[in-house]
Amino acid sequence: MSLTSYFMEATYLVASILFILSLKMMSHPETARRGMFLAEGGMLAAIVGTLVGTQIVTWVWIIAGLTLGSLIGAWMAVSVPMTAMPQRTALSHAFGALAAALVGIGEFVVKASEMGTVTRGALGFEVMLGALTTTGSLIAAGKLQGVIAGKPVQFRGQNAVNLIIALGMVTSFALFWIHPEAVSFFYTMLGLAFVFGVMLVIPIGSADMPVVMSLLNSYAGLAAAATGFVLGNNVLIIAGTLDGFSGFILSVLMCKAMNRSITNVLFGGFGAVIAEASSANAGGVMREISIDDAAMQLAFANRVVFVPGYGLATAQAQHACRELGELLEARGVSVKYAIHPVAGRMPGHMNVLLAEANVPYSSLYEMEQINPEFPSTDVAVVIGANDVVNPDARDNPKSLIAGMPILEVDRAKSVIVLKRGQGRGFSGLENPLFFKSCTTMLYGDAKSSLSHLAQGVQHV
Amino acid sequence: MNPAVLIASVYVFALAAFLGYQVISRVPPLLHTPLMSATNAISGISLIGSLVLAGAVHYPLGAHILGFVAVTTATINVVGGFGITDRMLKMFGNRKPEASAAKKEAVQ
Repeated sequence: MSLTSYFMEATYLVASILFILSLKMMSHPETARRGMFLAEGGMLAAIVGTLVGTQIVTWVWIIAGLTLGSLIGAWMAVSVPMTAMPQRTALSHAFGALAAALVGIGEFVVKASEMGTVTRGALGFEVMLGALTTTGSLIAAGKLQGVIAGKPVQFRGQNAVNLIIALGMVTSFALFWIHPEAVSFFYTMLGLAFVFGVMLVIPIGSADMPVVMSLLNSYAGLAAAATGFVLGNNVLIIAGTLDGFSGFILSVLMCKAMNRSITNVLFGGFGAVIAEASSANAGGVMREISIDDAAMQLAFANRVVFVPGYGLATAQAQHACRELGELLEARGVSVKYAIHPVAGRMPGHMNVLLAEANVPYSSLYEMEQINPEFPSTDVAVVIGANDVVNPDARDNPKSLIAGMPILEVDRAKSVIVLKRGQGRGFSGLENPLFFKSCTTMLYGDAKSSLSHLAQGVQHV
Repeated sequence: MNPAVLIASVYVFALAAFLGYQVISRVPPLLHTPLMSATNAISGISLIGSLVLAGAVHYPLGAHILGFVAVTTATINVVGGFGITDRMLKMFGNRKPEASAAKKEAVQ
């Protein structure tokens, strides 16, 4: 081994350590940012190490790629709004997976003949996962952006078709593994993987996006780890595995937060099978409240908890919400925000939206922390959330969402629900919370309702 | 790949998985979005594989072009991912609401 190779391996080791440290520092918002600087340093070291340690002959493509990628990346980093974070993340899963798939295809083109069995297996795995994650993530990004209809696309025999595609893909993988000289198997696998990625994501409704995002995250990471096996590169294995496991852990958390299994999310098609499941105590009257009365109620409360849902984000109401919160705090009201794990379209999305609106993170409470506090809460303000506060999930074992952990706002002394209209939410489920005697409804666009409430509070 | 290297790689994989589980389960839900975007940027390390493909000796032009596309997409992830993670984490930095509110009023 030459001196430059040792240097390269040393930078890889440094990079691996820095990556792990940076994720460790992610455990607290105070240290997280400094941690990312370490990761950036590690990345830079690994890139420099590679350029020094490999025999590079053509710089044109490298410089062109680095420049183009940096320009697009920097533009995205600066310009993407926080509400569009799920789309951007889905897109970056697609990019990461595509890079892994392309490296795999390149390796195949260059040295398929000299590969051993193990390397070929890893290569197949890399290309297959990379390809299906690429198209799957693109579809997810399209759905989140609204380019593709967010509704689940379903047809008769869908699972059978998917099964056939999956079997075809795995069979070509196996054949390519056994007969490396038969190139067509490799490309059949590649093509089927691209198709399978699409088929995997189209039947999934936008409400299940947090799970799908995490799952695709996991695949993209594993594809990178497989690249590491193909190239015999440890830093790739480490970084890819960290990414893969992070995605896996998040998928499990998201599934728990919805009380569903991953198989159910992938093959259940939740959004479409809304049977006419009417809840036991459905019906009754929804009582409307005027802005002035609501403002009065808030202004003279001791403890107020805001429960933001995705409706808050679509109405761009996070700033109006923070303003109302600050006005109440100025009056001595204790204000907290209750965040359900699946509020928003990706894990942790709601926290980011509220942080952007300058809500201090110390006011953001997780479900387990805030639930015991609802009985002593004077007013719970539900903004554009529905299923995550549906008491049916807890009380009605026949409900479609039975068993899903909820924010128990119905235990608060009174509840004000901000809602666009009288209709049901995207899941189409009846929500008994709206008919409870302690609940009042405030109809209208969340943003204007909140700013009117803020004015109302000022005039009290 | 010779067996010794393979075994070493499997060790690295298993230990990284174990360590990843330990480290990542300690990340609070508050930071799950930045976490996803950070691990994404970190897995952009596949850039180093792409660099080799794009410019190393003895590789045909086709491989260089595949490498170029891979370098581009991986770089987008690295630069975009770290950039956006930093933007998010900066927002979680302001712990003192009074201070930030006062600053805002001063600006107005």
